[in-house]
Amino acid sequence: MAFPIYSINLTMIKINNLSKKFGHLTAVENISFQVKPGEVLGFLGPNGAGKSTTMKMITGFLTPSAGEIELCGFNVNDKPIEAKQRIGYLPEGAPSYGEMTPLQYLEFIAQVRQLSGQKKIERNKEVIERLHLDKVLNQSIDTLSKGFKRRVGLAQAILHDPEVLILDEPTDGLDPNQKFEVRELIKSISPEKVIVISTHILGEVDAICSRAIIIADGKILADDTPDGLRSKSSSDKMDDIFREITSGKIS
Amino acid sequence: MRNIITIFKRELSSYFATPVAYVFIVIFLIMSGALTFYLGNYFERGQADLNPFFQFHPWLYLFLVPAIAMRLWAEERKTGSIELLMTLPISVGQSVVGKYLAAWMFIGIALILTFPIWITVNYLGSPDNGVILAAYIGSFLMAGGFLAIGSCISAMTKNQVIAFIITVVICFLFLLAGSPLVLNFFKAWIPQNIVDAISSLSFLTHFISISKGVIDLRDIIYFVSLIGFWLYANTIIVDLKKAD
Repeated sequence: MAFPIYSINLTMIKINNLSKKFGHLTAVENISFQVKPGEVLGFLGPNGAGKSTTMKMITGFLTPSAGEIELCGFNVNDKPIEAKQRIGYLPEGAPSYGEMTPLQYLEFIAQVRQLSGQKKIERNKEVIERLHLDKVLNQSIDTLSKGFKRRVGLAQAILHDPEVLILDEPTDGLDPNQKFEVRELIKSISPEKVIVISTHILGEVDAICSRAIIIADGKILADDTPDGLRSKSSSDKMDDIFREITSGKIS
Repeated sequence: MRNIITIFKRELSSYFATPVAYVFIVIFLIMSGALTFYLGNYFERGQADLNPFFQFHPWLYLFLVPAIAMRLWAEERKTGSIELLMTLPISVGQSVVGKYLAAWMFIGIALILTFPIWITVNYLGSPDNGVILAAYIGSFLMAGGFLAIGSCISAMTKNQVIAFIITVVICFLFLLAGSPLVLNFFKAWIPQNIVDAISSLSFLTHFISISKGVIDLRDIIYFVSLIGFWLYANTIIVDLKKAD
């Protein structure tokens, strides 16, 4: 028998037959997928495809109508606190408490995440450096630009160095330089983590994702590496491939 | 417990980060003073007690507490920060209690700042300070009751104006549950023992009995269970409506 260190399949996110209905509207219909450590999964799809709804279910904000979600071995609905401790989440639009300063806000998150002492100081210093927040630390979040608000939201998500990172449109509203920096940040933390991002920007998939799931009308239309997707289409451009898949020309 | 304290601290400091705290405290102090001296005839009565001060508290709270409570959850839902709060490793109940306690403490601070009137009455005469302490406790408990109702209603809507108005109406009904206005409405079609039960829910009756200096366990139990009931309902509603 083999030594069992690597024989355990370290799947961090396991989703089985997940559905979400809002009244008569089916936002997510029977989707299943798994994500392993080191993977950066890009969630692509037209507006209203069910990307955000799926992410909200993974993070425990929405309760699924049917199906199971397991995070690092914890069922999100049965063990919500344990699951939430392992996630960093940037919700769509990066909501936060506007009357606080980034410094106060990070202190609050650190307390919730039970960081203390040297560890807290180190993590604080690192996220402030990585997201270039040092100049705005003592300004209330309400008065910050959209780009800074997004970066404060990202800082909040990665502060506790989570095993699973769920980012809903992390680069939305950032200028090209900031986009580049956020992508570099995601790349630098990806090797040992699971990262799921949703995006409209298809170039981002090539830049950072090791795998892409295309969803529309709540269903998974494609689940492949960026190169795998490319091989299905006559075109080499991600935009064309996306359009072909979501309009039903190829599957 | 640790999470409740974290939420409590964040909430309480957020009151003082905006003008809300200062506006509320100033208005509360001015109004309670004005009502005591002008409508309560504090001096003319020639008695060394704080009845003229405390008798207006139910009516002051009727408008000021819903103003504090309306933002508790409606604002979280409006700005979307509820999505952040509900995806942190904190239970819904802990968030509800933490936010509630911070708002209650804030009202308590405003109440404590009315101490000059206590100094005044002690300077002018020799009042029964035990009765005054009991009345302060009763006033604080009553504020807690109003606040629990307001917190629960605030979770039902994203619109703070709607939360405010509905809370005022429900608080008004609770306040006057023992009065003919409310009881006559029920008397016609409800058995007498239920009418009696409704009348026993009156804030005013319980508050007046405490403010006379008699801290009856039943009055305390009344307010504590009322707060418990509304906060429990609050937790269920936040859980149901958080993502709407």
